[in-house]
Amino acid sequence: MHYLIGNLGHLAVITAFVTSLLSAFAYWKSTTLIEIENKNSWLQNGRFAFYAHVLAVVAIVVSLFIIIYQHYFEYHYAYSHSSLHLPRQYMLSCFWEGQEGSFLLWMFWHAVIGIVLIKTQKSWEAPTMTVFTLVQAFLASMILGVVIPGIDLKLGSSPFILLRDAMDDPIFKLQPDFIPKDGNGLNALLQNYWMVIHPPTLFLGFALTLPPFAFCIAGLWQKRYTDWIKPALPWSLLGGGILGLGILMGGYWAYETLNFGGYWNWDPVENAVYVPWLILIASIHTMITFKNSNTALKSSIVLVIAIFVLLLYSTFLARSGILGDASVHSFTDLGLSGQLLIYLLFFMLGAIVLSAARWKEIPTSEKEVSTYSREFWIFIGATTLCLMGFQVLLPTSIPVYNKIISLLGGSSNLAPPANQVEFYSKFQLWFGVAIALISGTGQFFWWKKIDQAKLKAEISTPLLITLLVSVLIISIAKIYNVQYIILTIAGVYLIVSNLKVLLTLTKLNPKLSGGAIAHIGVGMMLIGVMFSAGYSNVVSLNNSGMLISKELPTEFNRDNLLLFINEPRAMAGYDIEYRGERIEPRHKSGYINKNDVELTLDPFKVIATKDIIFRDEKLYQTKDTIEIYPENTFYEIELRKSGKIAATLFPRVQINPAMGGFIASPDIKRKITRDLYTHVSLPMNREDEPEWGKLEEVKIKANEEFYISSKYSSSLESITRTEEIEGVKIEAEDVAVQAKIKIQGEHEAYYAEPIFLIKDKSQVGRLSAEVNDLGIKITLLNILPETNEFLLGINTRQKDWVVIKALEKPFINILWLGTFVLMIGFGMAMVRRFRDYNFSEE
Amino acid sequence: MKKSHILAIAVIGVAIAIIISTAGDASTYVNFDEAFQLASTGSSTQVHVVGQLPKDSRGNIQGLENSEDRLSFSFTLIDDANKEQKVYYNEPMPPDFTKSEKVVVIGYYQNDRFIAKKILLKCPSKYNEQKLNAGV
Repeated sequence: MHYLIGNLGHLAVITAFVTSLLSAFAYWKSTTLIEIENKNSWLQNGRFAFYAHVLAVVAIVVSLFIIIYQHYFEYHYAYSHSSLHLPRQYMLSCFWEGQEGSFLLWMFWHAVIGIVLIKTQKSWEAPTMTVFTLVQAFLASMILGVVIPGIDLKLGSSPFILLRDAMDDPIFKLQPDFIPKDGNGLNALLQNYWMVIHPPTLFLGFALTLPPFAFCIAGLWQKRYTDWIKPALPWSLLGGGILGLGILMGGYWAYETLNFGGYWNWDPVENAVYVPWLILIASIHTMITFKNSNTALKSSIVLVIAIFVLLLYSTFLARSGILGDASVHSFTDLGLSGQLLIYLLFFMLGAIVLSAARWKEIPTSEKEVSTYSREFWIFIGATTLCLMGFQVLLPTSIPVYNKIISLLGGSSNLAPPANQVEFYSKFQLWFGVAIALISGTGQFFWWKKIDQAKLKAEISTPLLITLLVSVLIISIAKIYNVQYIILTIAGVYLIVSNLKVLLTLTKLNPKLSGGAIAHIGVGMMLIGVMFSAGYSNVVSLNNSGMLISKELPTEFNRDNLLLFINEPRAMAGYDIEYRGERIEPRHKSGYINKNDVELTLDPFKVIATKDIIFRDEKLYQTKDTIEIYPENTFYEIELRKSGKIAATLFPRVQINPAMGGFIASPDIKRKITRDLYTHVSLPMNREDEPEWGKLEEVKIKANEEFYISSKYSSSLESITRTEEIEGVKIEAEDVAVQAKIKIQGEHEAYYAEPIFLIKDKSQVGRLSAEVNDLGIKITLLNILPETNEFLLGINTRQKDWVVIKALEKPFINILWLGTFVLMIGFGMAMVRRFRDYNFSEE
Repeated sequence: MKKSHILAIAVIGVAIAIIISTAGDASTYVNFDEAFQLASTGSSTQVHVVGQLPKDSRGNIQGLENSEDRLSFSFTLIDDANKEQKVYYNEPMPPDFTKSEKVVVIGYYQNDRFIAKKILLKCPSKYNEQKLNAGV
């Protein structure tokens, strides 16, 4: 039992909680005191406490990581989320698979951002850090794991809890020091590199929404109503970029790992992050408007507060268990719902009360905004973004209304829409069109005052180009659906109008072009989404005229392709051929043919029976012991075009007998214009004994050519006496001979080595040899010395097979490229605003 | 009228449209009897049914039938009104299904069969999982 590390960790949690409170108090003192000397000394105290807090957070992270990394399974966290065989790189993912770890991740990013704020903010430090450290205190309380004596109130759930305290297994009564030998392991779907980087990115995005909120509250509190926008804006831009990236990474993970063929499912948990992001984008626009024209200050304040509150709300939805009947993401309720609710209400009510108290004092601009101004269009755009978010938030919150109604004594049986994707898409599509049209048009007002005549002159060329390009896209890609035609035109319009701005800006001041680039990215994403969602089509159509199985539904028989090993079929302009089952070695990259290894008693280890070569590189030698992942099987699928290999795909299947099913993950052949997305839809059940056909006898001489299944040229190459047979003891008087039969398969020659044994002079034993890929079993039935002939028995069975489904996703790369362009735009805008801020401070 | 007023009216209009359509498209949580009645009135809308998976003393789910090719399966679900109903699901069994206690099925009645289009699992909280798994 390693008690020390857990105790240290828990101590660090408590320290982190206390220091964040102390820091908040010190910063509050420093903000409210008048005398400059006191102000400064409290500021020093606040900083000191915050640095102590940062150290404590690092200590928690390190302790928890040691527990996972060293496999201390006496701790619940290591037992539940890790196992001995978990690859090192995924141990990071264990860290945030549990709720406590993800709170910790969030705190960690806050700690990092807090240091940056202290280093960069001069006059803002004390008030913003007061808000900042209060948020940290709430987060720290979530992992506190302390029971307040007297009222028996449990505060937080500690990641350092021992297994015996978390579980009631009877073994702990008999043996309190019992330590399981292995952990439960990490969910196989999370063992993916995207799951290593997606959560940290997403939580960094979460954390980055705190500085704007803190500046806004500090501004209201200190009555610096207009000053706060300048330091907050670069943080909002950075947050918008990172949060957007984090959300899309999650989508990309789903696209690569899950086999539903998409990247976005409108699940409540996804929506809960999407909504704050939309509002964050809206707030960036109103903040920029304020900087340019002194309008939209109040809306900026409302939006910045709304983002933070919505993020807390999304945390509450995802972690309180309230979505249990509504989401596919299964969340474990740690009993923190009350605490989460207090966290949410504290900041929500606090911010509302503060802004209400100050509302009258906030300066507003009374002048009416002209339709021909940039501000007007930005404001309309921000409003549309808010409505877009509202449309998603409203149905996502249905479980919350039910809860509230039932708390009030009523009953409500409202459930979220059954077909989420269809429901949300039909609204969000039109919002997307509106956003594209508004922000495309808004760009023509870049240079402030423009009147009707000027607008006409400005807009006609881009409109013409838009129409030309759209017609081209629509006719080439054969888009005949009216909705998609409109979405395409809107997307192209957005790109074209921003390109026009971009061209002018590159001549004037390229540093200002971040916004235009970001908008081009959005336009590309809209077109990419339209194509990949609207025009994804099944290419693995079964044209053979034969059903895969009568028991399977018609749709399955139609959309799936049955591939027998080494027998090519035609699909989507390729010759497609299944080449067999592969396994993945643990320590080298590549795939190993299952026929080239033999199993050992340890399921995680196999021994090579011949040199393992993958793509002309020798990975292992004969007799090498290879560590593998036994639950994963890869199905090698070769795609050829006019005889040349165009791609080799390795879609994965994880078979877990305990779970009764299989999990298929796709492999994707990426081309510039389209992705070919392939996954196994039905693997062969290896647990069933194969059904062998009738025994056929052939009488042959050595080196005489004969055919098996009337297509495989074969010959008996040699026959030798053998002294060793595994599992059989051979005495001096026994005779054992081994035949070596060469069978020329489709791609390579196989050798079958059946054994014929005469034991104790009279007993005959025959050991058959199987060639798995060909589905052939050969037995040496008899040796006929008088004619120098050998009698072989040949059984055949159905060859190995796999059923796959393949989808073509046209132009999905436009979506990913658009994301990339959007990020560049965000990056440029952010750098500009940070410079802007630093310049003004100096 | 000021432009801001027109805008405010437009926003309120859109918001009301969203609320009405959400209410219209929202599904409902019902029990099997109610779902059956809905279906017998000719409605083909999908509903949510929350239910318990019956387990024997060793924790194995009873009434679970996997099809031979493992591409579809059926199981028994007991709803809040204690009605037992066979549920058919035309997809492979979701991972962790056997570990679940409560599930939510989203689907509709077809004659006397309940066809689930989607299954949401409610795994027991890890803190309630009181038995150690393999590897002990």
